[in-house]
Amino acid sequence: MSKFKKKKSEGQPAISTASLPDIVFMLLFFFMVVTVMRQNTLMVQNKLPFANQVEKLDKKDLVMYIYAGKPSQRYQERFGSEARIQLNDKFAGVGEVQQFIFSERETKREELIPYLTTALKVDEETNMGLVSDIKQELRKAEALKINYTTKEGDALQNMQ
Amino acid sequence: MARREAPEVNAGSMADIAFLLLIFFLVSTTIETDSGISRKLPPWQPEEQDPPVIKERNIFQVLVNSNNQLLVEGEDMEIEELRQAAVDFIDNGGGTGDEACDFCQGEGSSSSSVNPRKAIISLVNNRGTEYGTYIAVQNELVAAYNQLRDREAQRLFGTTFTEMEAKFNDSRTSEGAQETLKERIELIKDMIPQKLSEAEPQS
Repeated sequence: MSKFKKKKSEGQPAISTASLPDIVFMLLFFFMVVTVMRQNTLMVQNKLPFANQVEKLDKKDLVMYIYAGKPSQRYQERFGSEARIQLNDKFAGVGEVQQFIFSERETKREELIPYLTTALKVDEETNMGLVSDIKQELRKAEALKINYTTKEGDALQNMQ
Repeated sequence: MARREAPEVNAGSMADIAFLLLIFFLVSTTIETDSGISRKLPPWQPEEQDPPVIKERNIFQVLVNSNNQLLVEGEDMEIEELRQAAVDFIDNGGGTGDEACDFCQGEGSSSSSVNPRKAIISLVNNRGTEYGTYIAVQNELVAAYNQLRDREAQRLFGTTFTEMEAKFNDSRTSEGAQETLKERIELIKDMIPQKLSEAEPQS
């Protein structure tokens, strides 16, 4: 009886899955790095319009977001289907925009305040009346730098 | 007594844990769109002021109604034609003497603008206009300006305006290069300033 008896080869050897965790970890790190956690839960429909003459907003901490659009399906019972403004995590009236800008400014360092940009994320079906009301409020609050956030694409798609 | 060997930890479930995390991040990831059309609002003026006198020929009137239809200089227009119409207006160069435009390639019509520096595009929309249409119109007008700026940058510096701006904003560009780029960008901006006036919407 030999101790070192050669094992009979049983067909093809099983494929080693030892490197599977490595691959998965690689993917995991990629997604961890690119993930940006949403600061606000969206309560409005937010289908952004398309445009191709866009500029990038690169300093994320210097951007204030104002959302507008019809309330999402699950809020429509309570708030109706009229387009509304969302600031932080709740619906707001037009009069609250100034207050929002001031309180956002307070959280930033003083020397950065002139660089603050307001990003308007407005649903493409919203009427301009609401958007101009927001713009008037921003003018009163002296938040003059704005950016209409859009998706990149042909602007003619908006018209259909 | 022989040293007992440390038992090997079974790493087989590592993949499961990693997968769990991976799926969590996959689901929670939103690739945020953070690009758009940048605009500067005019400062708030509480009291009514007399508007400055501007010649009618230097104003390019764009009206958008609540049915998302365009009225440009008193005529119906499709959005596809707006860009070219705006380019023709800005680039008309009908001025003489002090107001002459030495780089314009337009036809110099006497009913259109005298000089890109003087040309103003006035955009009036209705409260019922859809935001998507408004953005499309804004986009076409900005595109018209960019087209002319690109053309002039190409003629003067052999590169396009949009490329110069992208390079200027790129942090990898050296400071010396940024200085010259800034000068050139300012020059082009001075030649063809973006004068887009928005009136308050009419009901």
